[in-house]
Amino acid sequence: MSYLDYQVAQVPTGFRKILYINWPLVLLITAVCCIGFLMLYSVAGGRMDTWAEPQMIRFAVGMVIMLGLAFVPMWFWRGISVAAYVVCFLMLVAVDLFGVIGMGAQRWIDIGPIRIQPSELMKIAVVLLLAAYYDWLPLNRVSRPLWVIVPVLVILAPTALVLMQPDLGTSIMLIAGGGIVMFAAGVSLWYFGAVIGAAVGLVVAVMRSRGTDWQLLRDYQFRRIDTFLDPTSDPLGAGYNIIQSQIALGSGGLSGRGFMQGTQSRLNFLPEKHTDFIFTVLSEEFGFIGASSLLVLYMLILGFCLYSALSNRDRFASLITIGISATFFLYFSINMATVMGLLPAKGSPLPLVSYGGTSLMILMLGFGLVQSAHVHRPR
Amino acid sequence: MKKSQREIMDSTRQITRRGLMLAGIQVATVTTLALKMRSMQLDHAEEYRTLADGNSIKIRLLPPSRGLILDRNGIIIAGNEQNYRVTLTREEAGGDVQAVLRRLSQLVPMTEARMAELMEEFSRRSAITPIVLADRLSWEQFSAIAVNAPSLPGVTPESALSRAYPRAGDFAHVMGYVGPVSDYDLSRIEDPDPVLLLPDFQLGKIGVEGRMEEILRGKAGARRVEVNSQGREMRQLSRQQGEQGATLQLTLDAALQNYAAQRMGTESAAAVVTDCQTGELLSICSSPSFDPNKFVRGISSPEYRALMDHDHRPLADKTVQGVYPPGSTFKMVTLMAGLEAGVIDAGTRFYCPGHTELGGRRFHCWRRGGHGTVDAIKSLEESCDVYYYELAQRVGIDRIAIMARKLGLGQRHDLPMSAVAEGIAPDREWKMARHGQAWQIGDSLNASIGQGFVLASPLQLAVMTARIASGREVRPQLIRSIDGVRQAVPEYAPLDISAASLRVARLGMDAVMNSARGTARGARITREDWRMAGKTGTSQVRNITVAERARGVISNDQLPWARRDHALFVAYAPYDAPKYAISLVVEHGGGGSAVAAPIARDILLFALNGGLPPLDAVPSDQRAALEERHNAMHLYKPEAPRPGRSRA
Repeated sequence: MSYLDYQVAQVPTGFRKILYINWPLVLLITAVCCIGFLMLYSVAGGRMDTWAEPQMIRFAVGMVIMLGLAFVPMWFWRGISVAAYVVCFLMLVAVDLFGVIGMGAQRWIDIGPIRIQPSELMKIAVVLLLAAYYDWLPLNRVSRPLWVIVPVLVILAPTALVLMQPDLGTSIMLIAGGGIVMFAAGVSLWYFGAVIGAAVGLVVAVMRSRGTDWQLLRDYQFRRIDTFLDPTSDPLGAGYNIIQSQIALGSGGLSGRGFMQGTQSRLNFLPEKHTDFIFTVLSEEFGFIGASSLLVLYMLILGFCLYSALSNRDRFASLITIGISATFFLYFSINMATVMGLLPAKGSPLPLVSYGGTSLMILMLGFGLVQSAHVHRPR
Repeated sequence: MKKSQREIMDSTRQITRRGLMLAGIQVATVTTLALKMRSMQLDHAEEYRTLADGNSIKIRLLPPSRGLILDRNGIIIAGNEQNYRVTLTREEAGGDVQAVLRRLSQLVPMTEARMAELMEEFSRRSAITPIVLADRLSWEQFSAIAVNAPSLPGVTPESALSRAYPRAGDFAHVMGYVGPVSDYDLSRIEDPDPVLLLPDFQLGKIGVEGRMEEILRGKAGARRVEVNSQGREMRQLSRQQGEQGATLQLTLDAALQNYAAQRMGTESAAAVVTDCQTGELLSICSSPSFDPNKFVRGISSPEYRALMDHDHRPLADKTVQGVYPPGSTFKMVTLMAGLEAGVIDAGTRFYCPGHTELGGRRFHCWRRGGHGTVDAIKSLEESCDVYYYELAQRVGIDRIAIMARKLGLGQRHDLPMSAVAEGIAPDREWKMARHGQAWQIGDSLNASIGQGFVLASPLQLAVMTARIASGREVRPQLIRSIDGVRQAVPEYAPLDISAASLRVARLGMDAVMNSARGTARGARITREDWRMAGKTGTSQVRNITVAERARGVISNDQLPWARRDHALFVAYAPYDAPKYAISLVVEHGGGGSAVAAPIARDILLFALNGGLPPLDAVPSDQRAALEERHNAMHLYKPEAPRPGRSRA
């Protein structure tokens, strides 16, 4: 069913749309963000103006954007999906050509006062374009090889550009996000099996190549893998952050050390405690209860998104909602797994909680689309 | 295009199925995360709590002990010695580092400037890296600090190993030295080993220490210790042993190196002794030298200035970095180029009137009166320059350059030492590229006697001599074994030079030493089984003007030191079964035969004898002088070979 088929008359119009917004989702997002403000206040040593206040302002702006997007009709998004993808792609090329050097890799472009990170926008754009593609494609062709190649190229082209920046983390997110939309659209499971099999084979080949003539990684890259597998092997180098982060997490116990009482974060043992490692602060100060509460809130957000997606008869809207919520899921599970030492260290923010504008804005933009899909669903 | 109701139904069913599968994966993932959290926060909370509380468990890195460097007989030339020192870790000092430093300064004298320097360093380094406050403490100071530890939070007295060079200056140039890791060092290393971040960790800077750093360094270990709130260690929880650096055995012979250094004395000189067959370097000695231990401990700036300003340049490694015009030692190259090209044979004669006229310029032979009729053997024996002027015009520079490269000149030999020089074996192309000028015939004449553009290092001259002696493409070797694993000596290919040409060159070199008119007859070895063949060289470092020549060339003794000629000598022995080759350069020494040859002969005799040269191997009139010289030398006592080490 495409937007031409909407029974437009039955879709709410004007300000009546406000009644059809997915309000539980809005409440949940606000709750998670509030946890974020609390933690930012705590890690700043009880100061609002360091991190909490700027973050609140961003949240307010993000909220307005999300609600604003909710009013935009769903068919508009489908109409601009190709254009959005092309624009993001060109911006990525521009970043590679004359981007600002930041954090050792080229990721941003400055347009006036706004700093845009096209690789983040691309995560949404890929979901948008793939959803539109599968909406357009007749169901019986979804698993035909030729029609599988197109979305694979749509995913890999920007991934290659992002890899050149180089930003391995975002590349993986792009592939996973796009892959999930393909999965939801019903692409045969054999394809996914083959890709996962190939990936496992590659990892095995890389690890087996160590010390031989055809070694596939440099020695220091292997050492980084060693550090991940056993952080204590390099306690003062790369393993230090993970060890300290685990100490902070574990020492929280059941109910935590109390608000603003975390010693690990107070004493500066934790790096980047206001961004990538903020989950450890939460776990240290509020313990298992606090950490699992956040996890429950995240699961509820995923649940409401899934319910919205499955109850929506518009294929495009369903795929968008699943794609965005999956991206959100990847965000928080990668971050948590990293600070627990289940994944190799790599910088990634905890969604809606970590300090930082880009990831918050992108998420609010995404949830705006989810809301739009919810408001304009066929009735 | 309108979708049928059926299509919508199919799509919805499809998405529902896949959506629920996704939800399953997500729930599984989140369950894993929750279980991990439960395990950390509920089951192991106590352990983590202990770790967090009072920061009572610390990880201390154990620096590896640096690999030893031995000579070919197992004598230590670079070892490690105990060094008592105190370090302070900011994180454990309880906030007031300044106060701790003040209290410490009552036990160990410390200037205000030093304290300020330390404070600056503390602010630069991370809180968990210990900084060395003072080292090379006496045992009394060390124990005083240990006793007062409770009032010095964060201060740790420790004994560490520090690099020491028991043979002092003998190996300074080959070995290089170690020093603390600088920011510049770190910036050059990709993914530095965390142990490098330890303060005062010693990193090889130059020479073998620098080039073999990777294998000498070893791997750090770590210790987990429980400390009390004062930062004192209460007990050790676990210990992970590091790996000691590999033991490196060089091909050098410490006794020979010692003798060479003593024999060269205060001269500004360089000697290289190599095995003719294997290419193993037995001695590679640059004089005067310096004490590398001073660099390890931190050299004072007047001492450093004195080394820098010394006109004999003790810091420079003249053996591999220094390049000199090889002078007449280059004549074997020109001669064999001519023989190989077929423009002369051994019997071809040229007449030497004492000079050659060419394009209005006069090229002089060293003997004003001339040598008369000269053939190949005599040209080397008496070192006639005019013979080579004639030969150079017939053979051309390009063929001379090719021969020079065949013999190892004009190329960088691969040795684990710093700044190994390439030297110059000039040809037409080189001059055009380097100076943008066409090659002149006069350039060929100069090059034919090893002057002009030709430059070679003592190492290259030793390789050249070894190649002439063995007839093989010998390459210099410095590493004998790594951790007891013998390095393979390559099988050298025969030189691309005919046996006949090599024979002429060898006969000529033999005549230099042993015939009645040989230029270096005075420096011959008189024992027949060690018979030596060699070639002298004297290379000019100044231009002799026409006017001066008319007045009479000023002799070297009357010139200031820096303008005297370089004295060179290359040789090998025994003549019949070549074993060792030597090259020796005495900077501004004067004549090759008078100054360089006797020194080289004595060093070669030491190598052949495996100990002090026997007096009966030198001409009888020199024996008394040599004995006196030996008595004045400061030689290390022969060391018993260490058990378990390979013996040469």
